[in-house]
Amino acid sequence: MKRKLKLTVNNEPYEVFVKPSKTLIELLRDELGLTGTKEGCSEGMCGACTVLIDGKAVKSCLVLALQAQGKKVTTIEGLAQGDRLHPLQESFINHGAIQCGFCAPGMILSTKAFLDEYPNPTEEDVKFAIAGNLCRCTCATKVHER
Amino acid sequence: MKEFEYFSPQDVKEAYTLLSQYPEKAKIIAGGQSLLILLKQRLITPSYLIDIKGISDLDYVRYDDRDGLRIGALTTHRTLETLPVVRERFFMLAEMERRLASIQIRNWGTLGGNLCHGDPASDLAPPLIALKAEVKLTSAVGERMVQVEEFFEGYYETVLKSDEILTEIHIPVVLQGGGIYLKTSLRETDMALAGVATFIVLDSTKHKICEDVRIVMGSVGPTPLRATKAEELLIGEKIDDRLIEKAAQIASEDSEPISDVHASEEYKRQIIEVLVKHTVKEAITRARVTSHRSGGIPS
Repeated sequence: MKRKLKLTVNNEPYEVFVKPSKTLIELLRDELGLTGTKEGCSEGMCGACTVLIDGKAVKSCLVLALQAQGKKVTTIEGLAQGDRLHPLQESFINHGAIQCGFCAPGMILSTKAFLDEYPNPTEEDVKFAIAGNLCRCTCATKVHER
Repeated sequence: MKEFEYFSPQDVKEAYTLLSQYPEKAKIIAGGQSLLILLKQRLITPSYLIDIKGISDLDYVRYDDRDGLRIGALTTHRTLETLPVVRERFFMLAEMERRLASIQIRNWGTLGGNLCHGDPASDLAPPLIALKAEVKLTSAVGERMVQVEEFFEGYYETVLKSDEILTEIHIPVVLQGGGIYLKTSLRETDMALAGVATFIVLDSTKHKICEDVRIVMGSVGPTPLRATKAEELLIGEKIDDRLIEKAAQIASEDSEPISDVHASEEYKRQIIEVLVKHTVKEAITRARVTSHRSGGIPS
């Protein structure tokens, strides 16, 4: 039986009906059309599906959509202001920290949550902060340089 | 995932009622960081899912000098990692949390959920057992306290009954001693191939004789295992390198690892030997510099 779910995504309020077995990433991509969030492993290892719930990075493949009841969700689509990219997005582009780009939305959101909490990190801190985001091509070292 | 009916009780009483309404058919979900994987793989297919993640009454950490640390079951890993009272008085727990899975998992996953999952590779269980922690299991008809050491029965099996909820973790106060948890994993965020938690108490005058020690091995058996023979070897003795080597060998022999795709049984036994050596040495160092912080190091 579908259940009513109220939540805010990228500052927009939504009221939708979802099956209890829907994960948050399925809701975001399939119901709300926010396909910027990527699904990699589906079991919480890769971090590609990282979104923010109330400002904290979580893996949206391991959260039931209904567990986001009343929460504020931020996806990669929520960072840019109109045509102006978020400084972190600019920085990732300027440093060439993207090859295939599949891990980038998750990387950027993990980094954002981390920098919001610790504005002046060391390189070690940054490596630690994005340890939960795997990259299968070459961008990992470039991400650290940002 | 197979479809299920979903409930999100607002308090524990409502949760007990739901559990007793659907005996054996309902499953509790908290952070779901392990459970959702089992549901996706259809390893379990409950008809009813009772989501307790939103019950704020079970999200607390309280410290008292006489009573010790009481942690609500829905406390997240990240809270344990960052909370000052934990960092100051139970540093080995904060330190363990910092290397548990990834920050995303720690932000959403709960301590109660980790224990109830019953995975022998849990990073949380060995240090809790080393610190003589117990858990409170509550149902509609009452509650009982169980030592964390007695909580696990086998792979993914615990003594939790189908009408019970793990509601609290209690760690008694330890006035002196030092401890550490170390593990080896393939990548930083992977499950432990093997892990060892050691907590040691030295004599209070010369800090040389081992008065009490617990050595707990994770991921090398169906449940976390105490290295009791190694502990017995150390208790009452003045500890030197030769004795530590011996204890590490005995612990390794007493571990019960199985070969899997990640590592062979022999390799895991070697890891245990190395980790026991390192943790005992480091625990002694910490015990000598901390007379008042259980599992802590000076900040």
